[in-house]
Amino acid sequence: MKNFRREYLILSILAVLGLILLGGCKPEHRFIKKTAFKDINSIVITFAGPVDEAWAKNTSNYSIYEKPDPDIKLKIGQVSISPDKRTVVLTFEEDLNQDQPHILNISEIISEGKSLGTAFVKVKKLYFGYLFSILIGAMIINNFVFAKYLGLCVFFGTSQKKSTAVGMGITFTIVIVFSAMMAWFLYQFVLKPYRLDFLQIVVFIGLVSLSVQAVDTILRKVNPALFKAFGVYLVLVIANCIVIAVPLILADNEYNGWESLMLALGAGLGFLIALFLMSSVRERLDLANVPTTYRGLPIAFVVAGLFALAFMGFSGMSIF
Amino acid sequence: MPATTKTNSQLVINGILNENPIFRLALSMCPAVGISTSVMNGLLLGIAVLFVQVFSSCTISVIRNYIHPKIRIPTYTLTIATWVTVIDLVLAAYMPAAYKEMGIFVKLIVAFAIITMRLEMFACKNSVPASFWDGVGMGLGFMFAMMTLGFVRELLGMGTLFGYDILGFKPLLFFVLPAAGFFCVGIMMAIYNYVELAYNRKKKG
Repeated sequence: MKNFRREYLILSILAVLGLILLGGCKPEHRFIKKTAFKDINSIVITFAGPVDEAWAKNTSNYSIYEKPDPDIKLKIGQVSISPDKRTVVLTFEEDLNQDQPHILNISEIISEGKSLGTAFVKVKKLYFGYLFSILIGAMIINNFVFAKYLGLCVFFGTSQKKSTAVGMGITFTIVIVFSAMMAWFLYQFVLKPYRLDFLQIVVFIGLVSLSVQAVDTILRKVNPALFKAFGVYLVLVIANCIVIAVPLILADNEYNGWESLMLALGAGLGFLIALFLMSSVRERLDLANVPTTYRGLPIAFVVAGLFALAFMGFSGMSIF
Repeated sequence: MPATTKTNSQLVINGILNENPIFRLALSMCPAVGISTSVMNGLLLGIAVLFVQVFSSCTISVIRNYIHPKIRIPTYTLTIATWVTVIDLVLAAYMPAAYKEMGIFVKLIVAFAIITMRLEMFACKNSVPASFWDGVGMGLGFMFAMMTLGFVRELLGMGTLFGYDILGFKPLLFFVLPAAGFFCVGIMMAIYNYVELAYNRKKKG
């Protein structure tokens, strides 16, 4: 009976993972093998076979824009084609903003006298690099505690001892990944199609409480030892603003499944880092001779301010 | 806790001084650090919180005899979420500029511990008028704290108040930086502690 139940659990996890994968993939044209940015102002297109040179040299066959602004078409300066006629390099008059994905529309591709139809392709930086930059961004550059000033109640409440801090950080990371993925799914497939966006606050807060309860129940059954260690922190997670802020940010930015996962993971790990740093300092502070009026929270706030100043050094940094 | 015996004015004063949400209870500090960069921001978010607190307190107080104790926390959360949605939509419709500046914090009122705590500690045990005045006190206390922080930070950081130029120069730009929010809150808490200590000493001696 027990194994039977476990199979169901694994199946449902696989189903969720499959859905996430579907959300992450985008269809491409079959004749175009690869598109990539080159230097600061050109794009390289690699075709599966040789293309017609006269067609390739005609700049009116290409139109390209940044994904958020479909009205602003970018001007192509010149087109060059490689000797084997499989690679075309488009050079633009202005520098490209490579942080944005670009949509490239190639009309009526002609190869060996045949027309292969029109293709819409996305040109963007290496996807894993992009995901990694979201992760690092949420973790360090835009650390939710020190750069966005969220989740402070729980942050000051649980950063007195290192062991508590680590326990809280790990529990929080698990819950936030769980609830953010559910929130993303619900927002993309239920709230948005039915135009129920205005309900997002009610739905997200309900989801958070629900996932905390779910993690509580699952942990209690699956791993009682772990539950004993981390169970007490679960209740506190609901009182944390980050856990509700992440779904709201996901909904605002229209992230897809993988990006949402990275943001949630980054937020959780960033909170863990912040808690660990803070608890290390506060353990030392217990030994220091602090003025009476500053004892407890006031001095903790001043320390957090110093950390926030230090974290400002990361702002504006970009990876990849 | 039995039903309160305090008068209405005592309830309001209690919210502003003895149990000030930010400086004394140390709850809902995220907005205190995040967006107290100007008096106007503090005032607007204070009004939003005041409304949510008063309306939720009254709602819970009205239905307090019909809530099953086991599901009381979800009931509080859903009540707050509903009122936050109302405030959020109203602000977005009538004050788009200010709404943009406050960003995600209006929606995050739903996670402010202070509101849930007052519902749990007060509104579910007291009559509607008492809950109303308690809500007003807490809301005003929050607004007062936000405006004090905003006053200090705007004056020292930009040399202005409510957007009007007062000093004519910018004394310490540092205070507008969000990191300074932590310092300001810490120092304000220390001042509250100091006043309490001094008051107690005077009472004894």
